[in-house]
Amino acid sequence: MTTTTPVLAGQATAEQPPRTMAGRVRKRLNSRTATAVSIIIALIWTVPTFGLFLSSFRPEDDIKQTGWWTFFTNPQLTLDNYNQVLFGRSSSSGQLANFFVNSIVITIPSVLFPIAFAALAAYALSWINFRGRDWLYIGVFALQIVPLQMALVPLLSFFSRGVSLGGITLLPAWDLDNEGKFVQVWFAHTCFALPFAVFLLHNFISQLPGELMEAARVDGAGHSKIFRSVVLPLITPALASLAIFQFLWVWNDLLVALIFAGGGREVAPLTVRLAELAGTRGGEWQRLTAGAFVSIVVPMIVFLSLQRYFVRGLLTGSVKG
Amino acid sequence: MEFEDFALKLTMLLYGVIGFVVVVGGLLLLLDVVPNYFARRREAALVAASLGGGDAPVARRARKHREGLLGLAFLLPALLLLLIGLVIPAIRTIILSLFNGNGSAFVGLDNYGWIFQENDIVRVLLNTAGWVILVPLLATSVGLLYAVMVDRARFEAVAKSLIFLPMAISFVGAGIIWRFVYAYRGEGDQIGLLNWLWVSVGGTPQQWLNIDRPPLNTFLLIVVMVWIQAGFAMVILSAAIKAIPSDIVEAARLDGVTPWQMFWRVTLPSIRPALIVVVVTITIGTMKIFDIVRTMTNGNFDTNVVALEMYNQAFRYQEAGHGSALAVVLFVLVIPIVIFQIRNLRRQREG
Repeated sequence: MTTTTPVLAGQATAEQPPRTMAGRVRKRLNSRTATAVSIIIALIWTVPTFGLFLSSFRPEDDIKQTGWWTFFTNPQLTLDNYNQVLFGRSSSSGQLANFFVNSIVITIPSVLFPIAFAALAAYALSWINFRGRDWLYIGVFALQIVPLQMALVPLLSFFSRGVSLGGITLLPAWDLDNEGKFVQVWFAHTCFALPFAVFLLHNFISQLPGELMEAARVDGAGHSKIFRSVVLPLITPALASLAIFQFLWVWNDLLVALIFAGGGREVAPLTVRLAELAGTRGGEWQRLTAGAFVSIVVPMIVFLSLQRYFVRGLLTGSVKG
Repeated sequence: MEFEDFALKLTMLLYGVIGFVVVVGGLLLLLDVVPNYFARRREAALVAASLGGGDAPVARRARKHREGLLGLAFLLPALLLLLIGLVIPAIRTIILSLFNGNGSAFVGLDNYGWIFQENDIVRVLLNTAGWVILVPLLATSVGLLYAVMVDRARFEAVAKSLIFLPMAISFVGAGIIWRFVYAYRGEGDQIGLLNWLWVSVGGTPQQWLNIDRPPLNTFLLIVVMVWIQAGFAMVILSAAIKAIPSDIVEAARLDGVTPWQMFWRVTLPSIRPALIVVVVTITIGTMKIFDIVRTMTNGNFDTNVVALEMYNQAFRYQEAGHGSALAVVLFVLVIPIVIFQIRNLRRQREG
């Protein structure tokens, strides 16, 4: 028996009843029913997206008059919709190329800033000894639950009117217009991201072995050196998963952009433009389908290629305020 | 897109990235240089002290003090931003909710009275309640069912990705995807999947989202949220199921429990903590639902919810008082859930 080949071992396990209880439940539910149910769920979860995707390549008349499933009997494809929606000259066409760039300009700094600040803060909250540290952490943690609706009105007035108390101006208005409003959006996204970002990174950084820090300190490294050359390299996976979270959050956000970027073509991101198209041109499916896909494609690529990090991040901490 | 626009945007991006490098790099440099400077002075002081007879306790207290300062320096950007962007605005919102629309007169609790008297707003609260009850329930059930079914199945990874993918799609994008499913045409072929199915089983085409029976259209919007959140539930629950120790399963099996009992008596209790995390997270997210409703019906046909009404009051009708009061209501509704969550975590840690 000591010479059991891998093949035999494989057969042996295949014949055994499933070990996990999930497997047993599945068996109980009669594996055929289970398969059918999971296929139905999988279909409901994919067919709507697929329909949109397919429609975005169909000629305008076809989209408006026949269902996308008729494509299989009458296959006609065109890139017209994308051409229209991205580069069309008329104001009704979408001009999404412009808004696509806005989305990129909004997203990159809105991902970089909170991660850097949160990493610094999370390190201090885990490894620097000072009084009130735990209370500070609990405070930041608790901020996760404050709905960002609570901050919108005052923060907007802070940008447009500054802060004054009893007639004395403490901080002047920022007075940003046109492209300058990007700064406003970056600022808002950074603030709103921090509680969750600190929480997630604290989970990772506080788990690092204390001997490592001690050893570095004995070698004469200060906190700054330890942070840069010991902590940062070790938490790269955590930084990656946080970056993906924040990227998806910012790229897909509508509320913050609506309020701090406004609807203008200078700053508004794709989501704002799409929502506008859906509101005013709800029947123009050739534009909506192609437009929706333009906004979906980037997060989808990021998501599919970095799914591993995303899932790891989800499993570590999963309350976004 | 004109080239000038494009160049201007890229310049802004460049400013942003340069700003990032300067701020973060400068901060790290400062954190490096300043403590070093003090360390050198401390060494000098220590040398002087040891020559003069030794005064160690003072040096130690000074060191603790310096640690505090350094900690503050690490924390400074985050704390400052949280204060300016979140804490102070939240307090101001509470104050604003006690004032009238333009903030000129104190009105006490009138804005809260308005929420519960205005029929439209009561409707909004009821709709939100419907969302908060149904979305976590349905999304978690579907996620759990699917996690159990595909566990150890042949194409598990692919099958999971399919359900998980909607998480990458924006609520606006999902709203458009589903509006297309619900699309309606008065005559000729239907282009919406739902009406096509409906007609093929013998119904007449319906305008699903503005149909006169309000609960149904809200339910159809809820479906979209469930569609997005089920993947999240599935991933967390699937990981929890895989983490159940196999000896528990073996023991239960030796006791001869049926798989059905196994599910209810072993699986469910074992994944209870994960289940709670999932339900709480989805509940909090659902409470603040905004984008889906705004994209699909804009709150018309009795589908409005609190977060959308808050946005409309504060930013469309310029009624900052009403808007702030609604924001505070959202906040108050979240608090019991969070207390529940914290007590739960504490019990786990003790148990």
